[in-house]
Amino acid sequence: MSSSKGASTAVWFVLRRLTRDRSALLGFALIVALLLAALLAPVLSTHPDDVFELHPSERLRAPSRAHWLGTDRMGADVYSRLLFGARITILIGVIAVGASLIVGVPVGLVAGYYHGWVSDLLMRVSDVFLAVPQVVLAIAIAQTLGPSLPNVILALSATYWPWFARVAYAETRSIQKEVFVESTAALGASPWRLTALHVLPNIASPIIVRASIGMGFTILTAAALGFLGLGPPPPTPEWGRTIAESREFLPDAWWYATAPGLAIFLTVMGFNLLGDGLRDVLDPRLRRTHTARDE
Amino acid sequence: MSEPLLSVRGLHVDFVTDRGVALVLDGVNLDIGPGEVVGLVGESGCGKTTLARAILGILPPGAARIRGGEVRYRGQDLLRADPIAVNDRVRGRGITFIPQDPFTSFSPVFPVQTQIMDLMKWKSPRAGNGDGAPSPFRRYPRERYRADREAVLDTLRAVQIPEPARALRRLPHEFSGGQRQRLMIAMALLPRPDLIIADEPTTALDVTIQAQILRLLRTLVKERGVSVLFTTHDLGTAHEICDRIVVMYAGQEVEAAPTAAFFSHPAHPYTRRLLASVPTPDGEIRDIPGEVPSLVEPPAGCRFHPRCDYASAECRSARPAPRMRAAAHAVSCYHPVDAPPGSDA
Amino acid sequence: MGLAMRLLALALHRLAWFVPTLLGLLLVTFVISRVIPADPVALVAGETATPAQVEALRRQLGFDRPLPVQFADYVARLARGDMGTSIFTRRPIAEDLAHRLPATIELTLAAMVVSVLVGIPLGVLSALWRNSLLDHALRVATVSGLAIASFWLGIMLQLLFAMRLGWTPLNGRLQGFPPRSITGFYLLDAVLTGDWPTFGGALLHLALPAATLAFPALATLVRFTRAGVLDVMQSNFVLYERAMGLPRFVIVWKYILRSALTSTVTQVGLLFGILLAGAVVTEAVFDWPGIGTYAVNSILRSDYNAVMGFTVWAGAIFIVVNLLVDVTHTLVDPRERVS
Repeated sequence: MSSSKGASTAVWFVLRRLTRDRSALLGFALIVALLLAALLAPVLSTHPDDVFELHPSERLRAPSRAHWLGTDRMGADVYSRLLFGARITILIGVIAVGASLIVGVPVGLVAGYYHGWVSDLLMRVSDVFLAVPQVVLAIAIAQTLGPSLPNVILALSATYWPWFARVAYAETRSIQKEVFVESTAALGASPWRLTALHVLPNIASPIIVRASIGMGFTILTAAALGFLGLGPPPPTPEWGRTIAESREFLPDAWWYATAPGLAIFLTVMGFNLLGDGLRDVLDPRLRRTHTARDE
Repeated sequence: MSEPLLSVRGLHVDFVTDRGVALVLDGVNLDIGPGEVVGLVGESGCGKTTLARAILGILPPGAARIRGGEVRYRGQDLLRADPIAVNDRVRGRGITFIPQDPFTSFSPVFPVQTQIMDLMKWKSPRAGNGDGAPSPFRRYPRERYRADREAVLDTLRAVQIPEPARALRRLPHEFSGGQRQRLMIAMALLPRPDLIIADEPTTALDVTIQAQILRLLRTLVKERGVSVLFTTHDLGTAHEICDRIVVMYAGQEVEAAPTAAFFSHPAHPYTRRLLASVPTPDGEIRDIPGEVPSLVEPPAGCRFHPRCDYASAECRSARPAPRMRAAAHAVSCYHPVDAPPGSDA
Repeated sequence: MGLAMRLLALALHRLAWFVPTLLGLLLVTFVISRVIPADPVALVAGETATPAQVEALRRQLGFDRPLPVQFADYVARLARGDMGTSIFTRRPIAEDLAHRLPATIELTLAAMVVSVLVGIPLGVLSALWRNSLLDHALRVATVSGLAIASFWLGIMLQLLFAMRLGWTPLNGRLQGFPPRSITGFYLLDAVLTGDWPTFGGALLHLALPAATLAFPALATLVRFTRAGVLDVMQSNFVLYERAMGLPRFVIVWKYILRSALTSTVTQVGLLFGILLAGAVVTEAVFDWPGIGTYAVNSILRSDYNAVMGFTVWAGAIFIVVNLLVDVTHTLVDPRERVS
C-alpha cells in the first residue's frame, strides 16, 4: 500500500503542514534547545565540574555574573547542573517512552487482531495497570526497587505501556472494520502481511502523537519521582530532586527552586506543543475524540 | 409586477479559499414579488445556496465577504441596516428559512416543543417589536404562550403531523425525515412571514416523499400568500411548484422566466442545454460538454462562454445585461435563441 | 430495551469485571511488595535487629508462609473488610484510611468545583471570541497548565503567597481545633456549627492546595469546553437558529452549551479520577493530612500492608467513578434515553 516513495512524500507533506503551525514550531524549538543543552552541556555550562565538586563557601549565592542562576546548597552552579540535568531528563523520557511503545504496541495489535479470550485478557491486564493513577503505581514500583536511574525508567515504562496498547488496539479494531481489510483477508492474505501492509501505516499517526504527548507526561512523572526521593541519587543533578533539596532554603534562595521548575516547564511544554501540532496535522479527527483520560 | 418584496441588485460575494479568492457571486440580480414562488435553479456550485444565505445574512463570517450590492426587503437594504435590528425584526419574522437537511437542523438534546416555543417566544406574530436589542430577561407572558401554542398545534395539523400535542413532547430523532421537514415548514410559517427561503428542502429526502412535501409547501404558501425563494438543482421539482424560475450559472443569473415560458421557450444557451440534459423516457442523456469553471479565476464576461456554441468576442469581454424578451422573461445573453427547445443538437 | 434495563446491564457488566480487575491489581501490588524486594521483613525490622528478631517478626507478620497462601489469606480478610494493620501506625489500615478520607475528598471536591465553575464559562467565551486576546491568552495558559509540574506549582505558590506575601498559611489543613465533626469536611462542619473563624481558617488553608490541584484540571476543562463549543457551533441546528434570528445569547448559552456539555460531563467525571491522582503529590507538598500523604509515607516507609490497602481503595474508587461516568453519560445524552 505505501511504497517507500509514498511514505516519504507523506512525511514531506506532514513536515510542510507542520511548519505552518507556529505553536508546533515553538514546541519543536524548545525540544531542540533541550537537546542542545543536553548534548553540549560540557561546552555550554560555565562550571562543568560542579556536578561533582563542592564549594561550600559559595553556597546559596544569588544569581550573578559568575553564577547565572545562582548556587545551590553545596555551592554548585545551578545553571550548569541544570544543563547536565537535561541529559537525565532526555534519557529517562526517551527510554521510558520507547520501552512503553515496544511493549504496548504489540500487545495492542495482538489484542485488536484476535477476538477471543486472548484479546479480553490482554486488555484487562492493561486495565489493571490503568486502574490506579500512574504516579502512584510508579512510586510503588520505584520505591520497592530502590532509587536509581534504571529503576525510574523501569517504573515509568511499566506504567505507561497501556496507553500505547490502547491506541494500537483501537486503531486495529477500527481498521478491521474497513472493507478493504476484509476483502484482502478474504483473498487469503496472511495476518502478518495484513498487519504490515494495512494496519501499521495507519496506526503510525496516533502512535506518534501519543509518543510525543507521552514524553511530556513521563517527564512530569519522572520529576515527581525525583521530588519524592525515588529518582537517581545525588550527586546526579536530576531536576525534581533539585527542587526537593531547595525547599528548606526558601524563600531566600528562590532561584534554587525556580530554575529547575522552569526547565521542566519548558521541556514538557515543548513536547506538548509539538504533540498537539502533530495531532492537528496527522489526524484532525483525533482532536475531538481525545479525552481527558489521555492527559 | 408590483413593487418587489425582495430585490437583490448587483450582489458580489467572495469566498476566501486555500487556492485564492473565489468570486462566488458576480453581481447577481433577483426580484421576488409578493406571494410568488420563485425557483432558483442551477448546478452544484453555481452560487444558489450562497445567494440564499446572503439574503438571510448567515454567510460564514470568516470566509465570506460581501463586496458590494444591495439586498432590499420592503425597500430597506438589509446589508446596510443595523444588524441587531435586522436579526430581531427581519430574520425569523419577515423572512424565514427551511433548511436542506432536516436530520441535523434540530438540536438533538431538546424536545421539539422547546425549540418551537423558543421560536415563538421571540418571533411570534403576537410578540411586540420590543425596544432595542432582545434581553435575556424578557418574559414570556402566559396568555401569549397559550395563544402561541394553539397556533403551533393548528399549524402542525396543517402540515399533517399526527397527534400534534404528543408530537411536541418528542425528541427530534423520533421523527422521520419527511416529518421533520414538515416540522420545519410549520416553523417557517408560524411567524407569518412575507418570504420563506427554502434551500433545497427536499434533496435530503426520499424520492417517494419529495413530491408530497413540495405540494404541501405550495398549498400552504398559496393559502397564506407567502413568497418563497426555492433553490434546487432539479428542474423537475422546480416545475412542480414554482411560479417563476431563475437560472444561475457560475455565480451569474442568466435567465428568469415564468415557469411555463421557461420550459416552452428557453432562450439562454445554458438553459437550453440544461433542459436537454434532463433524462428522456428512452433513457438518453445529453451532457453539456465542458466543465464548470473555477471561481478563483473565472472566465471574463459571460462565464458560460467557454462552453457555449454561440460565443463571440462580446461574450468574452463584458457580461451581458438582462434584456426582456417577453413579459417577465429576462435573458442575460448576447445571442439568445429563439427556436423552441430540442431543435438544437 | 428501555433505559433502565440498559443501565442495569451496563452496571452489571462493570460489576462483573470489578472483582477480577481488583484482584489483578492486588496481585500486581502483592507481587511488587513481597517478591521483588530483597527481604521486606528485614527492611521493616531495621538494621539493628538480630537475625532472631527478624525471624520472630517474620512469623508474627505471617511472612513465613508460602506466597499463594499469604495472598489468599489477604484476599479473604479483605472480603471481610479487614485490610490488615499498618506496620508503622499499629492501627488497622481500614481505620487509618477512613480517618483520612474526608481530607482528601474535601480537597478534591474543592478543586473540582473551582475547575468547573471557572473552566466551563471560560471555555465557552474562548470559543465564542475565537482568536481574540482572551482566547489567545487562555490558550497559552491552558497549554502551560498541563506542562507545569504540580509539586513545583505548589512550591511556587507557597513561596509567593505564604512566604513572601503572608496571605495564606504555609501548609496543613487547619491551625488550632477543628470544628465539631458532622461530615468530616471542615468547611461544611464549620458552616453547620456556625463556627465562622474556623471556616475562614480552613478556607485559607485550603486555598493553595486546591488551586494547585485545580490548575491542570482547569486547563483541561477550558480546552475541552472550547473544542466542544467550536464543534457544536458548526452544527446545522445552530445555522438554522441563526437564520431564524434567534437571539445570540439563547443560541449560545442554551443550545450550544447544552450540546457541548454532553461530552463535558464525561470529562468532569474523568477529571475526578485525575484530581485524585494529583492529590497524592499535592498533599505531599502541603502536608495535607489525607490519603495521598498516607500512601506516600507508607510507600517510603515500606509499610506494605498499608500500600496494598491504599491500592485496593484507589482501584475500587476508580472503577466506581468510571461506572458513574458512563451512567451519567447515558443519562445525559438523550439519544441514549430512547431505544
